Amino acid sequence: MSSVELNHANLLSSDSQRTQYPYVTGTSVVALKYKDGILMASDMGGSYGSTLRYKSVERIKPIGKHSLLGASGEISDFQELMRTLDELVLYDNMWDDGNSLGPKEVHNYLTRVMYNRRNKFNPLWNSLVLGGVKNGQKYLGTVSMIGVHFEDNHVATGFGNHLARPILREEWHENLSFEDGVKILEKCMRVLLYRDRSAINKLQIAKITDEGVTISQPYSLKTFWGFSAFLNPTAGAEGSW
Amino acid sequence: MSSIGTGYDLSVTTFSPDGRVFQIEYAAKAVDNSGTVIGIKCKDGVVMGVEKLVASKMMLPGSNRRIHSVHRHSGMAVAGLAADGRQIVARAKSEATNYESLYGEAIPVKELAERVASYVHLCTLYWWLRPFGCGIILGGYDRDGPQLYMIEPSGVSYRYFGAAIGKGRQAAKTEIEKLNLSEMTCRQGIVEVAKIIYGIHDEAKDKGFELEMSWVCEESNRQHQKVPEDLLEEAKSAAKAALEEMDAD
Repeated sequence: MSSVELNHANLLSSDSQRTQYPYVTGTSVVALKYKDGILMASDMGGSYGSTLRYKSVERIKPIGKHSLLGASGEISDFQELMRTLDELVLYDNMWDDGNSLGPKEVHNYLTRVMYNRRNKFNPLWNSLVLGGVKNGQKYLGTVSMIGVHFEDNHVATGFGNHLARPILREEWHENLSFEDGVKILEKCMRVLLYRDRSAINKLQIAKITDEGVTISQPYSLKTFWGFSAFLNPTAGAEGSW
Repeated sequence: MSSIGTGYDLSVTTFSPDGRVFQIEYAAKAVDNSGTVIGIKCKDGVVMGVEKLVASKMMLPGSNRRIHSVHRHSGMAVAGLAADGRQIVARAKSEATNYESLYGEAIPVKELAERVASYVHLCTLYWWLRPFGCGIILGGYDRDGPQLYMIEPSGVSYRYFGAAIGKGRQAAKTEIEKLNLSEMTCRQGIVEVAKIIYGIHDEAKDKGFELEMSWVCEESNRQHQKVPEDLLEEAKSAAKAALEEMDAD
């Protein structure tokens, strides 16, 4: 059989194909608890492989009244997830019984969805951050593409785990004001911008409190590329071109 | 009843010699005996109200709801068999979400009314089904503004400025006709609807009732919602005051 025939036979057979790698991806999301709620930051880049293909992808979205979802990884999977979540919230609203899904419920739901998909060997290719406030209770957690989930006072996805969380461990405390929270997040995002090639200098910071959600307009950070460590980056890397 | 004993009233799939389908007329009877449901289209939205007859004093207030939300922008008020109504509402919800997932936009009220009417009509076409024993008043808000539809057990649906079904429909319709709907806001509409429902409630025949009201308007952000508690209480006391005034005369 020629390769074309083989390919054709493959298409006709009942074998299904799963996502084996992501196409358009977003990089880190960083989030932390502060005095009045949750702050979350992410840049707006969408990489097609290693090409920075899209420059204004919103990767932080509100879910219902009390939650905020940030996503890194496959953008289309995130969009699909948003569709199902919006439908979930809609059906919840239609009961009109005064109850509503809080961040805890949404986080658990997401964990179920992610774990279920990975058990079908067809994962949604994302790392998710779910933050929210309901009845004065702050909530912050993550889910990975294979369903690993946990809560913490500050979380990050992807490169953020390596570059941002050490900063957060150092500087985070329970009583952060809004301004100080933003300052720490910007510090994290700046480090990520310097060291993560997929990061771009256009970001959004979102805030959720008992009053509701506000997502900032996109903006840029001030950078300084004159540090001596940046001058000859391959100097210490033997065998690198 | 001319139909009884002729044998033509047992099947939804058989016409009587004079061209009627009695089962559908019986279904309409079930609606005519229900608590009154009215809907009005004001200049900035739609108001719906239900005279929910309370079967037992031990029933929890607020249970057995007759007004349901369908998607964000529309709602349905049910007269007749409440359980049949829930079936229709479930279908309407799935039609609405299906439309949005397909076209990325909320279903137009006209389209929703047509689809629901088709479903209701479908149940009059097969011998193994029974027609729905309920009438539906559908109110919604889309890019063409606020709209009000009524769907009958036969599956017909028409658009209205004001509609009423159930026991007190005749009296309610005469009252609605007196209103200047094109100038009225929903806030005023709530009071009028409450007045009508309190006015037509027959204290002698039915004991208690609960007033259930919802609206879709600018003030509710074009979303279908229960009328806020404070406004509802205001409307109720205005309605009661109007009743007492009438009795005094």
